Amino acid sequence: MIMVEHILEMRNITKEFPGVKALNNVNFKVKRGEIHCLVGENGAGKSTLMKVLSGVYSHGEYTGDVIFNGEVQKFTSVRDSEKAGIAIIYQELALVPEMTVYENIFLGHEIRKGAAIDWNETILQAGEMLKRVKLNVNPAVKIKDLGVGKQQLVEIAKALSKDVKLLILDEPTAALNEDDSENLLKLLKELKAQGITSIMISHKLKEVIAIADTVTVLRDGQTICSLDAKKGEITENVIIKNMVGREIDNIYPKRNFKPSNETVFELKNWSAYDPGLGREILKDINLNVKKGEIVGIAGLMGAGRTELAQSIFGNAAEYQLKGDLIIKGQKKVFKHPDDAIRAGIAYVTEDRKGNGLILIDDIKQNITLANLKSISKNGVINQNEEIKVANEYKASLNIKAPGIEQKVGNLSGGNQQKVSLGKWLFARPDILILDEPTRGIDVGAKYEIYTIMNELVRQGMSIIMISSELPEVLGMSDRIYVVSEGRITGELSIEEATQERIMELATN
Amino acid sequence: MKFVKESRTLIKQNIRDYGMYIALFLIMLTFTITTDGLFISSRNISNLINQTGYIAVLAVGMTLVIVIRHIDLSVGFVAGFLGAIAAIMLTKMGLSVIITIPVILLLGILIGLVNGFLVAKLEIPSFVASLAGMLVFRGALLLVTEGTGTIIINDEFFNAIGNGFIPDIADVGNIHLLTLILGTLAIALYVWSQIRTRANKKKYNFEVTSLGMFILKISFVSVLIACITWILAGYNGLSWTVVVVLIVVALYHFISTKTVLGRHIYAVGGNPEAAKLSGINVKKITFIVFGSMSMLAALSGILYTSRLQSATTTAGTLFELDAIAAAYVGGVSAAGGVGKVTGSIIGALVMASLTSGMNLMGVGISYQYIIRGAVLAAAVIFDVATRKRRK
Repeated sequence: MIMVEHILEMRNITKEFPGVKALNNVNFKVKRGEIHCLVGENGAGKSTLMKVLSGVYSHGEYTGDVIFNGEVQKFTSVRDSEKAGIAIIYQELALVPEMTVYENIFLGHEIRKGAAIDWNETILQAGEMLKRVKLNVNPAVKIKDLGVGKQQLVEIAKALSKDVKLLILDEPTAALNEDDSENLLKLLKELKAQGITSIMISHKLKEVIAIADTVTVLRDGQTICSLDAKKGEITENVIIKNMVGREIDNIYPKRNFKPSNETVFELKNWSAYDPGLGREILKDINLNVKKGEIVGIAGLMGAGRTELAQSIFGNAAEYQLKGDLIIKGQKKVFKHPDDAIRAGIAYVTEDRKGNGLILIDDIKQNITLANLKSISKNGVINQNEEIKVANEYKASLNIKAPGIEQKVGNLSGGNQQKVSLGKWLFARPDILILDEPTRGIDVGAKYEIYTIMNELVRQGMSIIMISSELPEVLGMSDRIYVVSEGRITGELSIEEATQERIMELATN
Repeated sequence: MKFVKESRTLIKQNIRDYGMYIALFLIMLTFTITTDGLFISSRNISNLINQTGYIAVLAVGMTLVIVIRHIDLSVGFVAGFLGAIAAIMLTKMGLSVIITIPVILLLGILIGLVNGFLVAKLEIPSFVASLAGMLVFRGALLLVTEGTGTIIINDEFFNAIGNGFIPDIADVGNIHLLTLILGTLAIALYVWSQIRTRANKKKYNFEVTSLGMFILKISFVSVLIACITWILAGYNGLSWTVVVVLIVVALYHFISTKTVLGRHIYAVGGNPEAAKLSGINVKKITFIVFGSMSMLAALSGILYTSRLQSATTTAGTLFELDAIAAAYVGGVSAAGGVGKVTGSIIGALVMASLTSGMNLMGVGISYQYIIRGAVLAAAVIFDVATRKRRK
């Protein structure tokens, strides 16, 4: 084999999904033996690129060439890329909790003696791998008894056991505390000394700066730049500029309307402790929302934004909550989403397919679900009234479907989102929480949803908009809170907010 | 041409429902031919329906249990056990039917709430929880019948529930007049309600099916009711079992299609997370559905005990599987959120028709099981296939 300078070269990679170009002519080069960091906003295309590389999207589903070790590769499955020496470790670890460390390390490529598994050899080798990742645990303990940090090391040990040449880590430190993060970064440097190349996707710029030899920035499915540590190009400023350097265009409809001074919603010292994770996921959150205001909650994925929304909405039975939730001057405690709905809160979830809509039901049933009471008498639904209501929302939200009897599962993302919105508008809330309101929908539908939002605040509703798209946050909000690691790291008026300023607070 | 197009879209939209009716029709037709008309005779149909009663009520409850993504395996022996308790109350304790039946139904609800507690509150998988219940109530049934063995019931009023027919108002030869009158009333009621619904929809300016299609539909259903009425009137008329089943089906059909509770049940089945975030109390719904299931199991026990005029040590064996099979043949989806109460009744009738028809033909019991198994598999395959195509 010829030793080429670049262990990996991805040339002109383009990957399309229905309606969106996730990757547009991306070029990506990784030198042998370096730590290469891949950064970019949510949705920039980082994960898609890594899925192309690891064979999740098989050859033929994308255009362009993947050249690994000097050869053009045509992976059709993850197994192919593993064979070539590429291992990817996702944020959600792929370990079996009920199995032991050594079983997990060799899962899928068991060491055999004849037809049976050679357990002695397995345990022996697992011990070796654990030594390489500096993890001092008994290989016979179960994965579920290890903390997240140690589990991550087991994943790396698993990769090493497959004789990995290129290790990819997708936000490896997102779920780790500081000690574990530091540990992991140290280990990456040691592996580098052993000749293993790593690609790390990360949102934490401080870490990136600490360990990267090269940084590639992706934005909107395109390679923006490649920065070299030796040339001193890697600084926080430069990275942030390149990550966000997009012009805010006029896809945000103007709103000639100022919110009132009346505070309708307030959180005071709001904290949530998750006994499952054993840590506080929300810490001392203080925020307020005025009548007719759109408050943006910015922050990166995993910063605690969705947990915040769920805790407000009474869907956080598993958390221990502290602090006060105040609606129009009155303290409230929500034990169940129903309590929150009654108090005038609505929550359009981030995952409309997973927990927002009932995909096997039609538009009409979905729209009325959260407020069936208003169209029933003695528990009997007036189904004609229901059809009328559904048709009204279909028209006013411009839901494109042959009819309200259409199953929601058959609609496009944008129209599904409008159904979601319709459902919560029908619940007639005072405070509407929108979690990633425009994720995965096209520009046209986005504009429509923004227009609806403007109309709603004009009518006196208040909106809390959680979004990881900075232009959206800047384009729509009256005021912005930035969340990072469960804390509010800054409150910005729209006048002082810039993409750079938000990104700085979010990566804090 | 418009009519053809309309009927085509109607069939496409409702292929699963129509398929089931067609299957039932074909099965009945086949047996009628192979048994020289014996199958369709008033006496046989009357018997067939009466024998299905205790499974039919279970299938109704089971439909909702499966819709919310659970299962209840305990219903068979709950029915057997409560049937035995009913027998003991009537014989040894000398209580009247008027007291016995409500008490038994209440006991059923209590058992169901215990199941609901295990499943909703303690979050034990319903398969395991109800398997445990199945064993417990099998033991309980043996316990209460141990000393006496089979308990014979002499209460005429009670035995009539499973064997008796509604009285006639006048003697007009071989035809049961009251049944005919009720059948006619049913048709009138059906036509009236359909016309009213249509008028109501028009008032809201909604699209309705064309007049031709509307008339075709009501004539078809009316003729169907007329046929069944005529066949039943030719024997002893409507049995009390049929009356009970009809009331249960009507009630559950109404609840599942017209009420907030019904909508909540189907929402929980369709997507429990989304249901919860829509303010629906998923646990409460689970309690209600399991409570109703065991209440119907109690009713099933009453019907069965009454039909046998006695409580036996093995009553209830495999009822749960017959009910589950009926529900699946009737179009319930194991993935949750899909399935009609009326469908499950048709499913129960399909299975009962197969048994009855094959018995008349003298098919061996071994083949009967194989064929019924094949029909169950075919129904589910058809279900999966039509659902895929619709995507």
